[in-house]
Amino acid sequence: MTEIRAETDVLPGVDRAAPLLEVTDLHVEFRTRYGVAHAVNGVNFRVSPGETLAILGESGCGKSVTAQAVMGILDSPPGHVTGGEVRYRGLDLLPLPEEQRRRVRANRIAMIFQDALSALNPVYTVGFQLGELFRVHRGMSRRDARKRAVELLDQVQIPLAKARIGDYPHQFSGGMRQRVMIAMALALDPEVLIADEPTTALDVTVQAQIMGLLAEQQRQRNMGLILITHDMGVVADVADRIAVMYAGKVVEEAPVHDIYARPAHPYTRALLESIPRLDHKGGQLNVIRGLPPALDAIPAGCPFHPRCDYAQDACRHDPPPPYAVAPGRTARCHFWREVVGDE
Amino acid sequence: MFRYILRRLLQMVLTFFGATFIVYALMFANQDDPVQALAGDRPITDSQRQILTERYHLDEPFLQQYRYYMEGLLTGDFGTSLTGRRISDMMADAWPVTIKLALLAIVIAATVAITAGVVSGIRRAGTFDNVTLVLTLVILCLPIVVLAPLARLVFGVQLGWFPPTAGRDASWWALLLPAIVLGSLVVATQLRVTRSAVAENLRADYVRTARAKGLSGRRVIGVHVLRNSLIPVVTLVGVDIGNLMSGAIVTEGVFNIPGVGFNLFRGITTEDGPLVVGFVSILVIVFLVVNLVVDLLYAALDPRIRYA
Ligand SMILES: Nc1ncnc2c1ncn2[C@@H]1O[C@H](COP(=O)(O)OP(=O)(O)OP(=O)(O)O)[C@@H](O)[C@H]1O
Ligand code: SF4
Ligand SMILES: [Mg+2]
Repeated sequence: MTEIRAETDVLPGVDRAAPLLEVTDLHVEFRTRYGVAHAVNGVNFRVSPGETLAILGESGCGKSVTAQAVMGILDSPPGHVTGGEVRYRGLDLLPLPEEQRRRVRANRIAMIFQDALSALNPVYTVGFQLGELFRVHRGMSRRDARKRAVELLDQVQIPLAKARIGDYPHQFSGGMRQRVMIAMALALDPEVLIADEPTTALDVTVQAQIMGLLAEQQRQRNMGLILITHDMGVVADVADRIAVMYAGKVVEEAPVHDIYARPAHPYTRALLESIPRLDHKGGQLNVIRGLPPALDAIPAGCPFHPRCDYAQDACRHDPPPPYAVAPGRTARCHFWREVVGDE
Repeated sequence: MFRYILRRLLQMVLTFFGATFIVYALMFANQDDPVQALAGDRPITDSQRQILTERYHLDEPFLQQYRYYMEGLLTGDFGTSLTGRRISDMMADAWPVTIKLALLAIVIAATVAITAGVVSGIRRAGTFDNVTLVLTLVILCLPIVVLAPLARLVFGVQLGWFPPTAGRDASWWALLLPAIVLGSLVVATQLRVTRSAVAENLRADYVRTARAKGLSGRRVIGVHVLRNSLIPVVTLVGVDIGNLMSGAIVTEGVFNIPGVGFNLFRGITTEDGPLVVGFVSILVIVFLVVNLVVDLLYAALDPRIRYA
C-alpha cells in the first residue's frame, strides 16, 4: 500500500486531515451552436472515506456532467467548468495543470461507466487495458503489469482470470465486462470511486451481483463511493446519503433514512411516490407531471416551480438557497417545513 | 481461420482464371487477323506468319489456345513477346522497380495521410483542417495524366530538385518524385478516411475511459484512438492497390521507368498480346494476394472480426 500511494503523495497542497472530496458551487455549461446549455448550476456535495453518496435525478439533470467535471474529463469544447471548487483533501483540482490533474485520476479518484462494452476499447485485450494502468502510473514492466491484472480480475471474481486476461471485451458477458471496468477503476487503489449508473445496462439478477461487489470492495478499501443512478430502489440498500439533483442543482441532500422517511423537497417527494411498489397492485403509478426544463431556458426562481404542487408566488422570483433542514441535511425549497410536515 | 484462407485461395484461383481468360480473349479472339494483330502494325512475311501461327496454335480453336497458354503459364513459361524477348526476362527486369515504386508510393501516401488525417481529425474546422481540405480537393481534381508531366517539368526539369527520369536500376532517390506523384493518387481519400475515423473515435466512450485512467493525451490518441482509426484505412489500401496499378502506367511512362506499367503501356499500344496477357496475369495475382493480406490485417487490427 505504501508503495502504491508513494507517487501521488508528492501532490502539493494535499492535506490528509481535510475532507476526502468536497464539491462546492460547481458550474458547467456547454457552448454549442444552438446556444449555451447550463448543465450544472451550483452543485454541492461531500464524500467521506467509507461513505456512499447516491446522486439521484431524472435523465439530463446533470449527473454525468458533474462526475465528468470532478474527474476532469469533460468534452471540452463544448463543455466548460465556469465556477466552483472540487477539493480533494483540501486541494482544489480545477485550477491544477493537466499534468498534475492526470495523476489524480485513477490514482485518487476513479470512475466506472454505464455501458462497459463501449467504455472498453474494443481492439485491446482486457489484460492490456488493465496492465496499462500499472505501466503508465507505476512504471511496471509488461510482465509485472500482467500479473497484477490477473490478481485484479481475481479480486472482482472473474472465473479463470488467468485464462481470460488475453480476451477482448466483446468476449465477456455484460456482467463480467462491468467487473472488468470495476477492476480497472480499483487498480491503483483510489480513495474515491465514482460509479455512473454502473448497473443500468445489466439484467436485474446481474445488477444485484455488481452492486454487491461494489459494496464489498468499498468496505474493504474504505473508499468514498459516489453512486449515480436514477433508480431510487437501488439506492435504499446501499447508500448512506443521497443528493437529489434537479436542473443542474442538488435540491436535497440528506442521510438515506431521513429522505425516505420524510423528504424535505417536493421533487424528492414526487420521485419517491413514483417508485412502483409491489404492494401497490393495479394502483395508479404516480408520475411527476410536466417535463424537466430545457437547459438553455431554466425557469427563473425555483427551477422546479412549473411542476411543483407546493409552489407559491415567491417560487417564481427567488431561487431557494440550500436551507439547513437538520444537521447534515439541506433542501433547496422555501417551503421545506410544509413538505417535511406533510404526510 | 484456416478454412477461411483456404476458401479465399480457391476464390483466387477462380478469379485468376476468369481474369486471364478475359484478357486473353480480348487480345487474341475476335480479331480478323490474329497473326497481324500479334505483330501489330508491322508487315509480316509468310514464314513469320507460319511461325507465329504454330507458336500460338492459331489454327486451333480458341479454348484450346487458351489451354496451351495456361499450361505454359502454370509451368512458369510466359512465352515470348512479339519483340522476341522472353517475357519472363522482361518481368524480372520490370517487377523489382515497380514494386519499389509502389512501396515507396504507399509508404509516402500512408505516412502523409495518417499524420495529417489525425491532426485534422483532432482539430476539426481548424486552420490545418481547412488547408488540408482544400489541398486534397485540388489533388483529387488533378488527374494523374496532368499531374505527372507537370511535376516532372516543375520539380525535375525547371527547379532540378529531383532527377527528371528514373530509368533502369533506379535508385530510391530517383524514384522519389514519381512515387510522390503516384502516392498523390490515393493520399486524398486516405486522409479523408483517417480524419473522419479519428473524429468519430474521439467521441467514443472508450476515449473517455482512457482519459479517466489518467493517460496522457498523447497516449490516448496514439494508442487508443489510432489503432481503431486505422481499421478503415487499412481496408482502403486494398482498394488503392488497383488505383496505384493504373496510376503506375502513366507515371512510369512519364518518368521513363521501365517497370510493369511501362511495359504494359507499350504492349497495349503495339498490341503485343503475349506481353499484355503475361503481365496482366501476374498483376491479377498481386492484386488478389494483396487483398487477402489486407483482409487478414483487418482481422488482426479488429479482434471483433472473425473469419470462418
Ligand atoms: N458532450 C456534450 N455536449 C453538449 N451537451 C452536453 C454534453 N454532455 C452533456 N450535455 C448536456 O448536459 C445535460 C446533462 O447531461 P448528463 O449526461 O449529465 O445527464 P444525466 O443526469 O447523466 O442523465 P442520464 O440519466 O440520462 O445519464 C444534457 O442534457 C446535455 O444537454
Ligand atoms: S421553492 Fe417553491 S417551487 Fe421550488 S420546490 Fe419549493 S415550493 Fe416548489
Ligand atoms: Mg448520465
